[in-house]
Amino acid sequence: MTAETAPLVLKAERVTKRFGGLVAVNNVDFTIPSRSIVSLIGPNGAGKTTFFNIIAGLYDPSAGAIEFRGRSMIARSRRTFLEPVLWVVPALIVGLVGYVIGAIATGDATEGAAAGIVPGSIVLTVMMLSAIVRPAAYLRFLGRFGVFRSSRPNDMVVAGLGRTFQNIRLFHNMTALDNVLVGMHSRMKASPLDAILSTPRDRREEEESQKRASELMALVGLRGRENEVSKNLPYGDQRRLEIARALASAPTLLLLDEPTAGMNPQETAQLTRLIGRLRSDLGLTILLIEHDMKVVMGISDRVTVLDHGEKIAEGTPDEVRRDPKVIEAYLGAPSA
Amino acid sequence: MSGLTAVKQRPGGGFRELRQRFADLRGRHQSLTSIVGLAIVAAVLPLVVLLPPLNGFGIQKDWVGSFANAGVFVLLAIGLNVVVGLAGLLDLGYAAFFAIGAYTFAYGASGFTGVHIPFWLMLPVGAVVAALFGLALGAPTLRLRGDYLAIVTLGFGEIVPVVFLNADTYTKGTNGITGLDQPNLYGAFGIHGFGFTNPWPYYFTVIIIIAIAFVLLHRLQDSRLGRAWVAIREDELAAASMGINTVTTKLLAFAIGASTSGLAGVFSASKLAIVSPDQFGFTVSFTALAMVVLGGMGSTWSVAAGAFIVYELQSQGLKQLDTFVRGLHIAPFALGPLSINLNTFEFLNFQYLLYGLALVLMMLFRPEGLFPSRTRKRELHAADELDPDEDPEETGLGEAPGAGQILNEDGTAARGMGEGR
Repeated sequence: MTAETAPLVLKAERVTKRFGGLVAVNNVDFTIPSRSIVSLIGPNGAGKTTFFNIIAGLYDPSAGAIEFRGRSMIARSRRTFLEPVLWVVPALIVGLVGYVIGAIATGDATEGAAAGIVPGSIVLTVMMLSAIVRPAAYLRFLGRFGVFRSSRPNDMVVAGLGRTFQNIRLFHNMTALDNVLVGMHSRMKASPLDAILSTPRDRREEEESQKRASELMALVGLRGRENEVSKNLPYGDQRRLEIARALASAPTLLLLDEPTAGMNPQETAQLTRLIGRLRSDLGLTILLIEHDMKVVMGISDRVTVLDHGEKIAEGTPDEVRRDPKVIEAYLGAPSA
Repeated sequence: MSGLTAVKQRPGGGFRELRQRFADLRGRHQSLTSIVGLAIVAAVLPLVVLLPPLNGFGIQKDWVGSFANAGVFVLLAIGLNVVVGLAGLLDLGYAAFFAIGAYTFAYGASGFTGVHIPFWLMLPVGAVVAALFGLALGAPTLRLRGDYLAIVTLGFGEIVPVVFLNADTYTKGTNGITGLDQPNLYGAFGIHGFGFTNPWPYYFTVIIIIAIAFVLLHRLQDSRLGRAWVAIREDELAAASMGINTVTTKLLAFAIGASTSGLAGVFSASKLAIVSPDQFGFTVSFTALAMVVLGGMGSTWSVAAGAFIVYELQSQGLKQLDTFVRGLHIAPFALGPLSINLNTFEFLNFQYLLYGLALVLMMLFRPEGLFPSRTRKRELHAADELDPDEDPEETGLGEAPGAGQILNEDGTAARGMGEGR
């Protein structure tokens, strides 16, 4: 992980998301400072999860801009325009260089054209194929131009974002350990060819990953449960396993969508301590959607309140809790 | 909890422990297990058919010939298993890649083109060409999901034979390309060209091809890629949110499945010495899919066993059923409006009816297949497997996600704010 000089991990400016006529998120400005715990709260249907999904790359925002670790996420519509430019330009450069070299070497402009067209079209073909297959090198190339695709959640994970889901979405029929190993997918390098040949590199990586996955499971309190099928785990453990799986991609920013939903008070307290530890021990930045105010008020550095898709308050837990607008949103306007 | 688990494991006794040890051994030496396992199967099969009642059905040579043919379907099934069983993509046009493999061999090793590349070299070539076609089909279509993908693959499966049928300048149309080269050992083991009369070389060749495919597929299945396939099958959105590039991963499943099919195509073409479009119709795709489902999706061994059994039942079993029933000399009788004469009845004609029946019965009584992998069994028989004290449904926690969440969203949130004031 590169050291971030910018104090902001995420910067969202005037983000809006419309679903048909419904404005789910309206003009929200939002920042997440490095190594902070920021909470997003609001009544049901306030647009929290939608906002969350925009950050995670599941939705493109209808308007607004998001910058993650200093790189802008570009919406699909704009990207479909930008990406071909990034294919054509290198092809043109290679083609031109080939042409010039060919023309000089042969002393004949027509001969030179062939020397330009062939490598140029090869480059173009390679770029277009890469756009379909999207190998890491291609993504790095795009990243160099400050571009990656918001509509691809997997690109966001590569960029350093990990998430959990409001309704548990584990791979239910896989073992707990395999779930965490899937989380490591983007940080593993072995190619299918390595696997087929069972190269030492592949075996070493597998071994190290399994060790690391066990460590992560121990960290969230699931030591020794590696070989249990995840759907057979008790509910609270499934929630914790989801966190371990999200941590497996070594994220900078961890998005937790209602991590304590459905948990009993002891489990909630345990999980709250765990979230605190993730920041202090692993140096993570955490964005939390949560309804349990004890959790929110206990660990957040800053709380943002959404209602009807708009930001109605932002500040320290104490400030937010006293804000009359927030109280109104939750409990209704005081009757006269 | 750990105490409970310990108790749970005990009542299996020595047998279960032995099985566990065997499973551990198998887990550590997957490739060796595949090779040794297949070697044992390859050695035992030709001997089994010498025993009654199988020896009454045909001479050993015929049996071995049918085993070699079954090998083609085993290859098809284990390749399709990657696409359907692991990655969860329903492919109804799988025979297209079989056709592409076979025609690749026809172009690379026949008098038709005048090129005579050795069979052994054509095997990887056929696999690669089929894989490339897998990529070509996959790239534009794999953004589709579920039913839509099935329809597109169905279309592709129909297009390929039709192209081979109609491009008759290049494929000789209905007649097909004939006189394909035989595999040749150049005198090793006293064998030159394999010929048409001796099934043994084909039998051993197909076993070796299957063994190689087994090893490669097992290694892939246990790798980062294999996990990604299963993750996509389980929950595509969650898989993408864990950093898996779903498009590339699905493409690879398609390509690898296709390459196995390409191997089958090359082998089959060289054995028959002819390729023609009618060998690659929808029935082949369907048969392969039925074999995967009947054997038990997701596990290479199960699927291979399923393919073998289905093929042998169809090629030997049904034929024997005819002979058997005829031997009973049942007088023709009427069943309602139908008059049935079992002495001229050919069960082979009802092959697909019997498939259909078998599939319906399987789906009703054993949806995980004849020889299910452990994972698959878990999936379909979750309720029977759980201990009552571990069952999330019964602890109440399992139901909590729905009920508890609403409670939390309204109840706790409002209460929390109240406390704050």
